[in-house]
Amino acid sequence: MATEISIGNLTQPINESTDQLILYTLHLADNALILGQRNAEWTGHGPVLEQDIAISNIALDLIGQARMLYQYAATLINQATNQLINHSTNPAHTEDTLAFFRTGAEYKNCLLVELPRGDWGVTVLRQFFFSTYQYFLYHELKNSADETLAAIAEKSFKEVTYHMRWSAEWVIRLGDGTEESHDRMQKALDQLWAYTGELLTPGDFETEPDGKIVVDLRSIKVAWTNKIQEVLSTATLQIPENKWQQSGGKQGRHTEHLGYILSEMQYLQRTYPNAQW
Amino acid sequence: MNQEEIFQQKVDTEVRIEPKDWMPDKYRQTLIRQISQHAHSEIVGMLPEGNWISRAPTLQRKAILIAKVQDEAGHGLYLYSAAETLGISRDEMIAQLHSGKAKYSSIFNYPTTTWADMGAIGWLVDGAAIMNQVPLCRTSYGPYARGMVRICKEESFHQRQGFEILLVLSKGTDEQKAMCQDAINRWWWPSMMMFGPKDDESPNTQQSMKWKVKRFTNDELRQRFVDICAEQIKILGMNIPDSDLKWNAEKKHYDFGQINWEEFWNVVSGNGPCNKERLDARVKAHEEGAWVREAANAFAEKQKQRAHKNSVAA
Ligand SMILES: [Fe+2]
Ligand SMILES: [Fe+2]
Repeated sequence: MATEISIGNLTQPINESTDQLILYTLHLADNALILGQRNAEWTGHGPVLEQDIAISNIALDLIGQARMLYQYAATLINQATNQLINHSTNPAHTEDTLAFFRTGAEYKNCLLVELPRGDWGVTVLRQFFFSTYQYFLYHELKNSADETLAAIAEKSFKEVTYHMRWSAEWVIRLGDGTEESHDRMQKALDQLWAYTGELLTPGDFETEPDGKIVVDLRSIKVAWTNKIQEVLSTATLQIPENKWQQSGGKQGRHTEHLGYILSEMQYLQRTYPNAQW
Repeated sequence: MNQEEIFQQKVDTEVRIEPKDWMPDKYRQTLIRQISQHAHSEIVGMLPEGNWISRAPTLQRKAILIAKVQDEAGHGLYLYSAAETLGISRDEMIAQLHSGKAKYSSIFNYPTTTWADMGAIGWLVDGAAIMNQVPLCRTSYGPYARGMVRICKEESFHQRQGFEILLVLSKGTDEQKAMCQDAINRWWWPSMMMFGPKDDESPNTQQSMKWKVKRFTNDELRQRFVDICAEQIKILGMNIPDSDLKWNAEKKHYDFGQINWEEFWNVVSGNGPCNKERLDARVKAHEEGAWVREAANAFAEKQKQRAHKNSVAA
């Protein structure tokens, strides 16, 4: 059973760099999938029809990115484990075994993406933080020595450029809209700010001595911060003074929300584990 | 010839009626009612399928389902725009939906309780919608006809995707087969009702046919639907839940059983299993979006004033 392979705890790494590449790819995939899942909660419930379509589109883009990344991770895992374990006892991994049969502790997404969608203000502000991160991340990842990751980044870069622009426009529009919208945005910022630090703080799989495959988050932190400050200031919003930042997602230590996301998302696969859909 | 005669002559000779053309008031009202009802159906129709996005069984199915529901939102947009050319605003139409004055297709008042419902809806509900809508691509009102061309292309895609979901289930485990048959059992009769009352109880049909807003009667379209589904079900190896369904060699059509019209009128009048949930969900989304729409308007207004100030200063 594929379900019995614990991806998060490859206890016997084939070699460290492969192990790291798998975890890094899964981390990028998990970020995209969980935020895609969250955004799709808006489908059919958006504040206006055009924006219902826009947020669904972003969800689709993110799930598309997640699929490419999981497919790649599955290939890497299958290659790696075939060297060690008899193939017949371990059916191959796929994008779906990785998405539907890992536990919360094995998910490596940042906490930011698993938080509830909140009101439209929380949703667009979270999107803006995340898309700006993805924008600078993919911009660098396009030059990764790993050709597959570079190609995925290349393919996704245009999408996230649009996501960043769309969400920045909404942050400004709502921050500088009415008194109510301003208050709601400030509240959203106060709530979300403590979850932004993790995006740019390297996890174990994001530190690489020679820095050829993985994006060095320190190299994009300044650009991210500048862009965020510029847009928030145009939106007349104040970054909270409390500098405390939450973390843990990259190590598999999540908020209480992730368990609910996974139990809903994984329900059919786990209820009928041998079925094709 | 008077205006009415000129109008009817255009209709008779298949010249499209355009927004600026003269048209009888009743024609306009009929179209507003029909197009807005159609638009509302697209929007409310997002809810039963949206219900399974978070639980779709594979990532590919999830993506296809989001795209499908999003297509329906797009259909709603085209149709609201087409109705607006007749002199009613989207806000007014939405207010009519929320107050209960405007109707939407009753099919969406049924619950989606299993994944197989995503297949059954695509196959049967989108399938029935196509039967109704393909003739509308040639309907007499130009903006409606053009909108329908685009919509029909996507609907037939949805229909194939739905059938494919069922096909996979029909070849799956025993549990999946049971799920598949159960969904067909639940969606078959409500889909048959989508064509509306029998011809002799459909008072508006005559006039709509004369205006070429409608080109086939309810019963004609329903028969066509039965004939197609009765063949397609064989590929699935499932059953249509109608013991009277059989091929009639003389008529060259399938005979079928009695529709439960009492259920139909009950659901139309608000007593379906999900009427309240569907409308509540729409109203909630609209009300919770109010501050967003207000802020967007306020911001646009500020931007305009800023641009004006700048141009004055320059
Ligand atoms: Fe549609
Ligand atoms: Fe459709």
